[in-house]
Amino acid sequence: MDSKLATTFSKPQSIKRRVRELKELVIRIILFICAASSVLITFGVVWTLLKEAFPFFMEVSVKNFLTDKEWTPLFENPQYGIFNLICGTFLTTAIALSVAIPLGTITAVFLSEYMSNRYREILKPILELLAAVPTVVYGYFALLFVTPLLQKIYPDLSSFNALSAGLVMGVMIIPYVSSLSEDAMRAVPVHLREGSLALGASNLQTSFKVIIPSAFSGIASAYVLGISRALGETMVVAIAAGLQPKISLNPLESTQTLTAYIVQVSQGDLPHGSIGYKTIYVAGVVLLFFTLIFNLIGLRIRSKMEIKFK
Amino acid sequence: MKQQVEKLKRQDSVFWIVGLLTLAFALITLLSLIVDMAMTGWPRISSEFFMNFPSRFPEKAGILSAWVGSLCVVFVTAFLAIPLGIASGVYLEEYSKKNIWTKIIEVNILNLAGIPSITYGLMALGFFVYHLKLGQSIITAGMTLGLLVLPIIIVTTREAIRTIPAHIREASYSLGATKWQTTWNHILPYSSGGILTGVVIALSRAIGETAPLITVGALTFIAFLPTAPVMATPPYVSAQWLLDPYTVMPIQMFNWVSRPQEEFHVNAAAAGLVLLSMTLILNATAIFIRYRFRKKYKW
Amino acid sequence: MVTTKTDSNIKKAEVVDLTFGYTEKNVLNKISMPIYQNKVTALIGPSGCGKTTLLRCFNRMHDLYGEVRYNGEIKLYPDDINILARDIDPIEVRMKIGMVFQKPNPFPKSIYENISYGLKVRGVKKKSYIDDKVEDSLKKAGLWNEVSDRLHSSATSLSGGQQQRLCIARALATEPDLLLLDEPTSALDPISTAHIEELVTELKKSVTLLMVTHNLHQAARTADYTAFMYLGDLVEFGESSQIFTNPKEQKTENYITGRFG
Repeated sequence: MDSKLATTFSKPQSIKRRVRELKELVIRIILFICAASSVLITFGVVWTLLKEAFPFFMEVSVKNFLTDKEWTPLFENPQYGIFNLICGTFLTTAIALSVAIPLGTITAVFLSEYMSNRYREILKPILELLAAVPTVVYGYFALLFVTPLLQKIYPDLSSFNALSAGLVMGVMIIPYVSSLSEDAMRAVPVHLREGSLALGASNLQTSFKVIIPSAFSGIASAYVLGISRALGETMVVAIAAGLQPKISLNPLESTQTLTAYIVQVSQGDLPHGSIGYKTIYVAGVVLLFFTLIFNLIGLRIRSKMEIKFK
Repeated sequence: MKQQVEKLKRQDSVFWIVGLLTLAFALITLLSLIVDMAMTGWPRISSEFFMNFPSRFPEKAGILSAWVGSLCVVFVTAFLAIPLGIASGVYLEEYSKKNIWTKIIEVNILNLAGIPSITYGLMALGFFVYHLKLGQSIITAGMTLGLLVLPIIIVTTREAIRTIPAHIREASYSLGATKWQTTWNHILPYSSGGILTGVVIALSRAIGETAPLITVGALTFIAFLPTAPVMATPPYVSAQWLLDPYTVMPIQMFNWVSRPQEEFHVNAAAAGLVLLSMTLILNATAIFIRYRFRKKYKW
Repeated sequence: MVTTKTDSNIKKAEVVDLTFGYTEKNVLNKISMPIYQNKVTALIGPSGCGKTTLLRCFNRMHDLYGEVRYNGEIKLYPDDINILARDIDPIEVRMKIGMVFQKPNPFPKSIYENISYGLKVRGVKKKSYIDDKVEDSLKKAGLWNEVSDRLHSSATSLSGGQQQRLCIARALATEPDLLLLDEPTSALDPISTAHIEELVTELKKSVTLLMVTHNLHQAARTADYTAFMYLGDLVEFGESSQIFTNPKEQKTENYITGRFG
């Protein structure tokens, strides 16, 4: 008989076994370091932002930061009212969501409940191309296509405005809302759907009375993702929404978001430690604060959903 | 009763139309974006447009430094993000034990995926540019985008690995394979289609990303190319290009879009057309790879 | 190593007082039974009785899924080594004890690569040796005539029954001391099942087999020894002829006459 493969059990001290175990251990450690590096990156982001933003408050009081009427940090008589930028951010986000949430939800219901597998397989990737278009291209589109179009309806629309930036952003976000919502709807067990249909309910009734309520946490976390995308979106608003921070909810005027402010200031010469440098970090911290809150809400909802379906 | 049934049927057909219109609206928007840009930009597309540097004169301006810069930056991005992302995904799916550390890493990656891209730029400005003193260079840009797309690669790697059924792993282990042999000989090859899809999508995202690079101070007027990586005299290879200043396609486009003159908007449209083609081709490739591999492995 | 005698029974392995569980709860309680060399031993019992769990103790498959508790021993002869001992490497156990699974699970690679994989992980590099081994194992598994002309085509293109025989060949190529079969025919059609059963009877000339099955007729047809398990206990162990015709325990009788399970 061939003895080539006949092995005897080795002692833990045997060289061969030690080498093998060491090799496996080294690989495991390398892989762990790679995975753990993502935690370092997060800490790096948060730490750098906080560190660079902190000196800002040596110069400007928190009271001014919260109560100043305007945001003009680079002017002769600077004012630091951050709510001017927050207002612009939430205004464009709200416009975007008023497009993305209804259209995204309808699309999700339509794809999940009304389309056969075959058509869904074709339509979904095409729809997701909406999210693949570079945002600077959307910015161009908002400024040079949508705004002129809207000006035909509202002649006093300023050429930089929150409305067209928000609308274009909304279309861009549709796939984020619809894909996750659709996944959640399709995860609803078949027997619930069949139970409803067997009772004589229409597709529409089943969708809105059975599927959407059962998939609600999944859909909600899709909305939350949409919100955090809209808050953080930069190029569309930097190109099309204008450069004038103001506390106003008029979508027809120009405005400025946190992100657009960062872009505007970064384009110029920006010495380390100047007030301009500090303000972009303050804007970044505020932005990060809002998106992290929404991210955490999203994670909470999602983990609830996982428990529910297990 | 009959009336009720009729009413339900009517409702269903109304929703059919609403759904179709919604979908059509989204797709028509995409289409009009492409058509509008193509109509404006197409006349500018010529070999000179690809071979010229940017210029004050719109009709002479081209995208040479921009597309070369984009390629260099994406190369660095890929070099950093692909191994790191795949390794992380493999660790989380195949190696990690269910414990608090794993949970922290997982939540962290989801969070990382949700951070606005511009905050990566702020981090890079503070850390890479000023702290590590790498300056406004190709390596700074590549690393910034690498970190940005890392979560995409991790998540798609994990999803691809998860489609491999447990009994394939068990077959390998039952023959006496170690964890790494199982991973290297089976898990990675069988998930390579899904991983490749994720990589292509991540790189397409990196090519189109603008905001974080503006923050790290990508100059917009670059009328020269990075140092060549190979040369005729010893030591023949050079890494100098990593530290060279650069511009990239989306920044060049942003620069042209933000100018008031109409002629530059035409250039912006042409650059946008090139950029859009690059990302759409990459995305189509990703869809194709996914489709091919889904057919290849049926479990 | 292979002994030619068949009339008296030599122990190839022995389970001694084995208690097994993942956390608090025991899945197996104090199991003791011998595995005889060049015989087929069947594990039967209603689903959830622990027969597959016991089988997977033999190649330490449970170790892949986190913390487990083995109390007691599984001894492998003639080395007389407890393969459950802490200082025994599960990988070396799996190198000596092969396994065939419920569902045919060929790797989505070529037939040749499937068979040679066990040799590859053992560091065998000699091409001629591997070629011989591939041919030899395929012949033993009764598959050579069907696939000899397409060794480099994909294993997943084979039929279900052929795939399962390929998996058997894959395990045989590494010359295991013991071959574990986990309901090897449950996913197959009747003709393929008959093929595999014939093969099992044929294989015991060269290897010792331990087989889990839910098909009592299969156990009666192919196994020399049968163990009946119920709720984690070994109720009865004996020669198949005795278990199926004259069980000593009431539970065994109830089970084989179809009163439960």
